[in-house]
Amino acid sequence: MHPLDMSRKSRVRRWARGFRDRDTWAAYGFMTPWLIGFVVFLGGPMIISLVLSFTDYDGLRESSNVGFANYEQLLSDPKIRRSLANTVIYAIMIVPGTMIVALGLAMMLSRVGRRSAGVFRTLFYLPEVTPKVAVGVLFLMLFNGQVGLVNGALGLVGIDGPDWSTDPAWVKPGLALMHIWSVGGTVIIYLAALNNVPRDLYEAAELDGVSGWQRFRHITVPMISHALFFTLIVQTINALQTFDEAYAAFYGSSASATYSSDAALFYLVYLFQQAFQFLHMGYASAMAWLLFVVIMVITVIQIKVSKRFVHYEGGDR
Amino acid sequence: MSMRFPRVAALSAATALVLAGCGGVGGGDDEGAGGAVTLTTMGFGLGDEIATVRADLANKAIEPAKVKVSENAFDPQQFLSAVASDNPPDLVYMGREKLGTYAARGTIEPLENCVEKEGIDLDQFRDPALAEITLDGKLYGLPEFYNNRVMLINDPSVQSAGLTPDDVDPSDRTKLATVTDQLTKRNGDKLTRIGFDPKIPEFLPVWAKANGVDMISEDGRTANLDDPKIISALEYTVGLIDKQGGWGSFKAFRDSFDLFGDKNPFATDQLAAFPMEDWYLNVLADVSPDAKFTVKPFTDEQGKAIDFVTGSAWAIPAAAKHKDQACKWIKTMTDSQTWIAAAEARVEKRKSEGKPFTGVYTGNEVADEKIFGELVQLGDTPVYDNAVKGVLEAQESAFSLPASPASSEFETAWKDAVNRVLSGQQSPADAMKQAQEEAQSALDNAAK
Repeated sequence: MHPLDMSRKSRVRRWARGFRDRDTWAAYGFMTPWLIGFVVFLGGPMIISLVLSFTDYDGLRESSNVGFANYEQLLSDPKIRRSLANTVIYAIMIVPGTMIVALGLAMMLSRVGRRSAGVFRTLFYLPEVTPKVAVGVLFLMLFNGQVGLVNGALGLVGIDGPDWSTDPAWVKPGLALMHIWSVGGTVIIYLAALNNVPRDLYEAAELDGVSGWQRFRHITVPMISHALFFTLIVQTINALQTFDEAYAAFYGSSASATYSSDAALFYLVYLFQQAFQFLHMGYASAMAWLLFVVIMVITVIQIKVSKRFVHYEGGDR
Repeated sequence: MSMRFPRVAALSAATALVLAGCGGVGGGDDEGAGGAVTLTTMGFGLGDEIATVRADLANKAIEPAKVKVSENAFDPQQFLSAVASDNPPDLVYMGREKLGTYAARGTIEPLENCVEKEGIDLDQFRDPALAEITLDGKLYGLPEFYNNRVMLINDPSVQSAGLTPDDVDPSDRTKLATVTDQLTKRNGDKLTRIGFDPKIPEFLPVWAKANGVDMISEDGRTANLDDPKIISALEYTVGLIDKQGGWGSFKAFRDSFDLFGDKNPFATDQLAAFPMEDWYLNVLADVSPDAKFTVKPFTDEQGKAIDFVTGSAWAIPAAAKHKDQACKWIKTMTDSQTWIAAAEARVEKRKSEGKPFTGVYTGNEVADEKIFGELVQLGDTPVYDNAVKGVLEAQESAFSLPASPASSEFETAWKDAVNRVLSGQQSPADAMKQAQEEAQSALDNAAK
């Protein structure tokens, strides 16, 4: 027998043996609600949306099969290209932005005393618990080109701030800045990873006269690469699913929808419009599957690339 | 510790979560105490005396049945979910412009039977309001409010520029552009007063009508968005905004207005003139009762009054469970006597606050005759007296956009087009050409 088959069989045996232990049953018991939720509220709707994507379902009437028409329409709809481009550009802004800012804050926090670190951790985490819809509304107030706080602050240093909420070139950067404001969760992850880096590595490097940048480059980054990788994946998926802030700021109410901006037409916003505003549920389902495929492809690429860069303690990858 | 505890805890947690997940916010009981049915609503709130007085009367009309008001704004997602799960509300309240989309898909009950059974007098309703909710000759709702668009001119702002309210005249486009320049105030490169706000995208139908064209055909099936006269209207109105510093600073300044407070743009001299919906008179009467302003109809280039009207309507979902009671309820809610009772309550409230009562503009002509003929007494406040007269004058020339099976896509198409022009992404001609293609494609698909 092939050694790989042997190893697989032994893993299966080990897994099955686990059920002799009552703790295993308890663990599965605790997991059951999530598993049921996954099947009922995620798996089921996913399968149904796949079926709907081949129909002209409008949410109100009987539907009929339209074959691949919805998928063909995806290719010819200019708003799909526009919204996908908006979303990808936005992701390119916020994923590295969030990671860099969060890492910087985490490194600062790792240097302050334990008591003050707790205070700062709480402060940095507060924006994370602010509802995204509120963030969207706050965006319009803070980034108002005429009387907003952001341009007021820029004005103090002699910079004439842009019209963040109306100039198509500045809508996404403005929203990205608002998003990066909520980095608390990522900071906590990085802080935990930084605290797990063995101190003796730094001490040895210091004895060897290694500079601060080199210590960061050759010790810190490799040792927390698993955390960086995790947040990269999660942030990318979140960025590609951006909805709440943009919708609240530019599409949520009749007043904001009146002055909507093409620059804030993110993919999920357009999907929502198609599904619930224009009643094209079949087409929206096809859009959802396209996004699923895009996210899968990006994630797989990230995982493949990460194998070269991500270091896991103990050697597991 | 005994192993029994984690297993029992896990099982309990699982059961609780599953049950919690299964327990939803389903429809109410069909029968309440004493065997009376309870009707549900969507999109309506009892926010003021105009709503509560009418709702009380409508509730009495259907006793022993009851109505549970959901106190929310109309939410398309919620309505869609309710209809798709075969659990629609008995009554739905939404903007009249939205009704056609749902009616075309068979979701809304045509009201012929309701009108006949309850003897509803349709002649009491204003024709433009009925046109918005009549698709392919069938009536799908009963109209409520009647929002008129009129010119509002801030007298002190105009006078401070050495002008009179008559100088703000939409019939003379060249002069209006000059007057806009004269009324606009800046501090350095910051706008401190908008001279004239043409209110686009939302008032584009007014400007189009003033140029002699409709944005959609009377049957709601053919878009007319790339008509040269609409493109010309868009060019002109965007030009007015450009004169005042361009869309970015114009909108940013406008977004900073405290529209509903005592620091409103009229009170703070931030705005000289704009076409606006009549409800803003009530706001000013409430927060700036001493404001000095002029109201007059918007006009075309020949000086003929134009009034673009919209509003809300009551409708009954096709799958509603209690259609008879729902019909009686909406009949009462929109009946002239009900409106008059609500207006009387508002008069009393205003009197107790020492503020003027500027009327309630309804889709019911009979009610309006009584409200504005008897209840509105503004002799002591000539500013509001003239304002109300201005709205009533405009009402005589009202038009609405007809019901359409793809109203939402149609509206999104032209509003997005205007926004693209305002943000400098497209020329008016290109934007309206694209809007025409998008809108017509949506209308054609909806007709299939």
